[in-house]
Amino acid sequence: MIDLFPAVRSALQHVSSIAWLLIYTVQEMGDHMLRRRRLPFRPSIFFEQADRTGVGSVPLVALVSFFLGLTMALLTGHVLAPYGQETLVPAAVAIGFTRELGPLITGIMVAARVGAAFTAELGTMVVAEEVEAIEAMGLGPLRLLVSPRVLAAFLLMPCLSVVSNMMALSGGALISRWAFDIPMQGFWQSSLENLFIRDIVAGVLKSFLFGLLIGLIACYKGLTVRGGAAGVGTATTSSVVTAITTVIGFDTVFNIVLVALFPD
Amino acid sequence: MATDSKPLLELEGVRLTFGKEEVLKGVDLHIAPRERLIVLGQSGGGKSTLLRLILGILKPSGGSVRFKGLEVGRMGRRRLNKMRQKIGMVFQNSALVSSLNVRDNLALPLEELTDKPRNEIDDLIMHKLEMVGMQDARDKMPAELSGGMRKRIALARGIIMDPELILYDEPSAGLDPVTSTLIDQLIISLSEKIGATSIVVTHEMDSAFRIATRMAMLYKGRIIAEDKPEAFRHHSNPVVAQFISGNTEGPLNEDLPENRT
Repeated sequence: MIDLFPAVRSALQHVSSIAWLLIYTVQEMGDHMLRRRRLPFRPSIFFEQADRTGVGSVPLVALVSFFLGLTMALLTGHVLAPYGQETLVPAAVAIGFTRELGPLITGIMVAARVGAAFTAELGTMVVAEEVEAIEAMGLGPLRLLVSPRVLAAFLLMPCLSVVSNMMALSGGALISRWAFDIPMQGFWQSSLENLFIRDIVAGVLKSFLFGLLIGLIACYKGLTVRGGAAGVGTATTSSVVTAITTVIGFDTVFNIVLVALFPD
Repeated sequence: MATDSKPLLELEGVRLTFGKEEVLKGVDLHIAPRERLIVLGQSGGGKSTLLRLILGILKPSGGSVRFKGLEVGRMGRRRLNKMRQKIGMVFQNSALVSSLNVRDNLALPLEELTDKPRNEIDDLIMHKLEMVGMQDARDKMPAELSGGMRKRIALARGIIMDPELILYDEPSAGLDPVTSTLIDQLIISLSEKIGATSIVVTHEMDSAFRIATRMAMLYKGRIIAEDKPEAFRHHSNPVVAQFISGNTEGPLNEDLPENRT
């Protein structure tokens, strides 16, 4: 029989370390703001990270979401057409993306694109003793290095999810016009009519959560790199795999909780 | 004599274990203000670890590290950071922040920890860069500099907050003999100009004798000898004598991997 205990223990250790990373980062930020009466980090550093995380991810998120929306509309339409129900396509795409696929797909792409970059960057800094040097100067590496990255991922993920939703709906609308004779105007109208505030709020809340998780996991993996260049490679792979798995796991839990709390 | 004055740093019975391995088995050292202590020892013998313990980056498994009478191991993060502002550290690989240019590397602690205006910070940076003879490198990125130049910038960064104690981790490692001598002279002149105490960890004997006002030898996790440089040249301890002479015959050979059973 496989001994699961060490694996479970190690997983729990990682989870608690990530939680402490968040607590210490918030503490360092709060400390700096209260004592020095200044922002926890220079705005330019945050905007640089926000630009890389958000603006830099727009083309990828937009392109993938557009084609996914298009495919989803096409396949749903083909299934519904024999029953004369293709008018339900806009609702399927709108609800499916806003509540579920938009945040999820965006999360997976941000984990792969931005999370990997965070881990590799911080990991290289650890290997080159840069992080230790920052700590030795009494500057607080968590505040200086972790907080702008996590905050950028946390705040920009919902924005990227909105981009994803819009592009998916555009893809769906385009294909529906061609394949099922649903006019563009009608597609948008029907999408809006079928969307509830609850779906939108659920999607946005999920996006915030995913952004926080991806940022924290990526920074944690980067700061705990051991063993030079090979270690950076291993940590980057592990960061992407962990972040994607965690995002999907939390998405499932989120959905179960949401359905349990609001069954209608 | 320097050792008569109240010690700036006291290490008493400092022990450190990594897993099952005991790296330090009880280190006792007292460092007086303004002295330049050289800590000698074999590679992987725990010399750099000692510096990390002084900075509070690592916590000792036993014993005490006191900086100006305050226990480093018991300090919270806030007090630790305050203490670190009084200590400059020059890392073996310079450890400059690679994404920032030389000016921003030096400005980082000043901008983050002081309320000095920008022009004052710039003047201070130029002054420190002049001290290490690197004023032309102000706008260069670390990757554009040679190893020796990076080391000099690291020296300038180490003294940017006018520290009371400067820790040097293998300052001349990987440098050519001329640059190495230059770095040694800089260490001496910096300690004299700003009146800081220096602890230099090295296993390069020429550098050690040039810089030291006092020397200590770390061997098997303990300080086995502590004396003036002149006394170290003809030391009676066979381990010290072999380390200084670089002789291949002697007690240190027992520690070489091929002689371990």
